[in-house]
Amino acid sequence: MGETVADLKRTPLYDLHIDLGAKMVGFAGYDMPVQYPMGVMKEHLHTRAQAGLFDVSHMGQVVLKAESYAAAAEAFETLVPVDVLGLGEGRQRYGFFTNEAGGIEDDLMFANRGDHLFVVVNAACKEADIARMTQALAPAVSVTEITDRALVALQGPAAEAALSRLNPTVAGMAFMDFAEVELDGVACWVSRSGYTGEDGYEISIPAEAADALCRKLLEMEEVAPIGLGARDSLRLEGGLCLYGNDIDAETSPIEAALTWAIQKVRRADGARAGGFPGADRIFGDLAEGVARKRVGLAPQGRAPMRAGTPLFAQAEGGDPIGEVTSGGFGPTLNGPVAMGYVGSAQAAAGTEIFGEVRGKRMPVTVAKMPLVPANFKR
Amino acid sequence: MKFTEEHEWLRAEGDLIVVGITEHASEQLGDVVFVELPEAGTEVTKDEEVCVIESVKAASDILAPLDGEIVEVNEPLVDEPGKVNDDPMEGAWFFKIKPSDLSQMDDYMDEATYKDFIG
Repeated sequence: MGETVADLKRTPLYDLHIDLGAKMVGFAGYDMPVQYPMGVMKEHLHTRAQAGLFDVSHMGQVVLKAESYAAAAEAFETLVPVDVLGLGEGRQRYGFFTNEAGGIEDDLMFANRGDHLFVVVNAACKEADIARMTQALAPAVSVTEITDRALVALQGPAAEAALSRLNPTVAGMAFMDFAEVELDGVACWVSRSGYTGEDGYEISIPAEAADALCRKLLEMEEVAPIGLGARDSLRLEGGLCLYGNDIDAETSPIEAALTWAIQKVRRADGARAGGFPGADRIFGDLAEGVARKRVGLAPQGRAPMRAGTPLFAQAEGGDPIGEVTSGGFGPTLNGPVAMGYVGSAQAAAGTEIFGEVRGKRMPVTVAKMPLVPANFKR
Repeated sequence: MKFTEEHEWLRAEGDLIVVGITEHASEQLGDVVFVELPEAGTEVTKDEEVCVIESVKAASDILAPLDGEIVEVNEPLVDEPGKVNDDPMEGAWFFKIKPSDLSQMDDYMDEATYKDFIG
């Protein structure tokens, strides 16, 4: 908010968005497509049924290089509570930066590229993330932001068929594989991952080749352009966190139900235990449990429960037990969908609680995430 | 037909006024996913919030354009909120109001003025 169009940066795909008739909005300092003429609902359903192409070039792409992958990985492990060293070459993993209080500073994806680490961070946090990495890791590790490449995601059950036309080797990639792949003669960095709960790819493309490559994908019958609006409803149904909404500097990964992302080797009894910011708090949360937890929420009526909706244990009286952190309409579920934090006593799937919408308490059921089953190529 | 600055349309039907939102408003809202209607028989005053509509993007209120009594509501909209996008000017009317002061209609724009208003 408060960003004027003149201040907004453009991605290498800006002209394509305009040609496609996108409605543009300011997001994390970039002029981004929130929707195309198809509209959020149809874009969402199209991605679940076929394939959607998303411009995510606003995100930060960063290369960490040291004398070896192991050296870069060991350094990176001082910032994230995740097994970086043990990640195989050509594989990608989810992680997050923690702070001294055990809160989350940003979440990210990283890949083992053989002789270096490739990291993708959120647009709104990228400056701070790069400063954090540079301060903590340089000069032993060089921290280089990649500013000459676009990043797009091709997501949905037909993504494999579509991308395979440009290079059949992508069909052989498994979920969270990462490889350099030539697409239409252009050297791209491709991972089989995404932010929708669907099978698909994220593709880093040299900026000057991005427009033509995306137009080629969009010519395919299965592929439609998808804006940030549907990206948000897809990830919400997929139970995936939005940094700043569902996780932030105050939430520990244990409260956030991201314990799965902290591999055993980095936990209190692991071979490389701790050594990341906030380890004491995070190990304390693991050992003793937490007072609040992130859960999926299925409102029972038709009314969406949006971020900030207070949650209560009873239909009347009492103090709030938590609040919705992301919520809206889930086109695949054809009903409202949300996630938020509740007290541990209410965190079991099936627990009936209440969300207060416009002064009325409406029933909502705590639900197992993701609310729409994931469709990954394992 | 008359139009409000809140992008509602008002159409006379006998001694009742039918109220909906304009095509322009429905396009701006995006896909409508939730409609909450008032109860028939409710006495309302002009500019009072009487309906809630939510799109994929946000919630908005619909205001009573006139003093009067809500005599009928378009109940099927609750189960088919997408009609607000598909047929905003006809099928997706929200409520019919029996106005207590018809002169309040004079406050509102005719179609040509509304078209200028939305540019």
